[in-house]
Amino acid sequence: MSHRDLPTDAALRALIAQARTWQVGRRTLLQGAGASAAALALAACSTGGGSAKPSAPKDNSGSDKTLNWANWAYYLDEDDDGNYPTLQAFEEESGIKVSYDVAVDDNNTYYAKVKDQLALGQDIGADAVCLTDWMVSRLIGQGYVQKLDHANIPNIKNLSASLANPDFDEGRTYSLPWQSGFAGLAWNKEKLPNGLTSVEELWDPALKGRVGVLSEMRDTIGLIMLAQGVDISGKEWGDEEFTAAIDEFQKQVSSGQIRNIKGNSYGDDLKNEDTLAAIVWSGDVTSINAELGEDRFGFAIPDTGGTLWSDNFVVPIGSTRKGNAEALMDYYYRPEVAATVAAYVNYITPVEGAKEAMADIAPEYVDNPLIFPDEQTLSNAFIFRTLSNAESTRYSAQFESVGLGA
Amino acid sequence: MALTAFTGPVVSADASGARRGGRIALLLLLPGIAYLLLFFLAPLVSLVITSLQTPSETVFGQYDFTFNWQNYGEVIGTYSEQILRSFLYALLATVFALLFSYPLAYFIGVVMRRWPLVQSLLLILVVAPFFISFLLRTLAWKQILSDEGPVVSTLKALALLGPQDHITGTPIAVVFGLTYNFIPFMCLPLYTTLERLDMRLIEAGRDLYAGPATTFRTVTLPLSMPGIVSGTLLTFIPAAGDYVNASSQFLGGTSSTMIGNVIQSNFLVQLNYPAAAALSILLMAIILVLVGVYVRRSGTEDLL
Repeated sequence: MSHRDLPTDAALRALIAQARTWQVGRRTLLQGAGASAAALALAACSTGGGSAKPSAPKDNSGSDKTLNWANWAYYLDEDDDGNYPTLQAFEEESGIKVSYDVAVDDNNTYYAKVKDQLALGQDIGADAVCLTDWMVSRLIGQGYVQKLDHANIPNIKNLSASLANPDFDEGRTYSLPWQSGFAGLAWNKEKLPNGLTSVEELWDPALKGRVGVLSEMRDTIGLIMLAQGVDISGKEWGDEEFTAAIDEFQKQVSSGQIRNIKGNSYGDDLKNEDTLAAIVWSGDVTSINAELGEDRFGFAIPDTGGTLWSDNFVVPIGSTRKGNAEALMDYYYRPEVAATVAAYVNYITPVEGAKEAMADIAPEYVDNPLIFPDEQTLSNAFIFRTLSNAESTRYSAQFESVGLGA
Repeated sequence: MALTAFTGPVVSADASGARRGGRIALLLLLPGIAYLLLFFLAPLVSLVITSLQTPSETVFGQYDFTFNWQNYGEVIGTYSEQILRSFLYALLATVFALLFSYPLAYFIGVVMRRWPLVQSLLLILVVAPFFISFLLRTLAWKQILSDEGPVVSTLKALALLGPQDHITGTPIAVVFGLTYNFIPFMCLPLYTTLERLDMRLIEAGRDLYAGPATTFRTVTLPLSMPGIVSGTLLTFIPAAGDYVNASSQFLGGTSSTMIGNVIQSNFLVQLNYPAAAALSILLMAIILVLVGVYVRRSGTEDLL
């Protein structure tokens, strides 16, 4: 920009001179910015050194009768008006106002959202969260969850013996199972009247571009590994077996056979028929069918085996309402309440006595192997072995890079 | 003259007045500077620092600052395809949005000039989509373009799509979504320049025996350059970093992931913050260079 000559009128010259002195020079601004940037850089470097575990705040449950519960979709009994009948009953009985939030779509993304607050011991806006075994294992290891007081949860006596002592939480000091379930195959009954029995059938050319899988690595890769003859519960397998499964997965993604890799939102794709067959979680299919009011989707555990997992209640470290959360857990460990929930969500209930209670509530479910699995069903379900931190990081990167097409 | 009457003291009190004026100017600038420091510079510095970290060997999910420049090489090596794809999609979306918006803006701003009421009505229609969250609009498109939706069924009936083809989860859907979402950003700046287009210059072109095409090329187009430049910038920059349209929750799939999705996955799923930060810085740097070259080439620096 070239400067025009100043006007000859002395008055105007003076005005312009005055205006010019008001301009802050570009150099001054840059200097200021540089100095602030340096200060900020110093500040940023000096923080974040401590890796001390956060400590739990005082429990205010006595005076604060509220509770925030974060959970997954299709995971609590719901009526046609969108109310949760068992939860309403709990609120009336206990006087605790519960805010139920379908906030978890994926263990990883939920963890990423809340981990910084957890590290600082702050409230994450949830006093009870249901997360999967391996994530609970990580949270316990990092000291991000509170110890449960079993005296406040007398119904813990109903906990199924097989779930009482997992390797990540012996004696259930920090966590309590909410529901367990299988990952298996779902299909659109109208388009695939013959159903599915094996993972191989998902790779049928006729289904090209109409197959969905879960974004939960342990379920999708677990099913593929089982189909390749690997015992995913055993400690024997390692990088080689995992990579073989990733290669198969990569092949099906690159060829366009697999359309979507998703968390709970896979339900939308099944409903609008973008996917006709998918790897899904056992109970969701029934919930989706109930929502649609028709028996549109089928579910089966593949003949080579499905994965078995549990989602567990934990109380995040920053919560000041642990007592209320424990009251909630105790309530859901009553057999008749557990049976009511199971009849709706169709997952495996961890509560002993729920089967007997189910006979009164919904007798048709008593023999449903997805809710009360028999020996045969359980023998075909495998728990993905616990991964070391290094394995977890590496495998998760491998799995993600397939989804990103990288 | 009143003017000369008050210049006297101003000239004499020049030095002290200037100092006071400078202070006031600084005071007025303070909120802006504070805003930039707090919401632009601080995150930027923190991002640069994060991009040079390496994972801690003892604590899972923690990173230590080690001046690890290799992070940049690694992400370029791993994700070059997604980076290139992002800019290609952004370019395509910008071109399509321009081709669509120019005639529209011309119609509203020039042809409809004599009917201001129609003009404002049409403008409202252009802005109307903003009344609904773009997430919801994109989800609606996902529904419309889904396999059993009206678009795919019609195209299949006309044999324009094969029996196994689909639209959602393909690059076509992503570019379509980007174009759709950014059309208002292209249209409004174009409208503001075309609305001020001096019709006498077009008449002059005609008087000088130029045909409509020549007039457009030599008169209308150069005069509307400021609108084109700001429209393309407003479209291209956010489109290159967009991760919603290309997300598999919306219109994208595994073959159409953009750099935004890669950053999201690294930040939220893989917890690989250094890689995500390095990609963000790279994205910013590339855009800065591209935009710098573009603005220089189109010779409109002083119009921005």
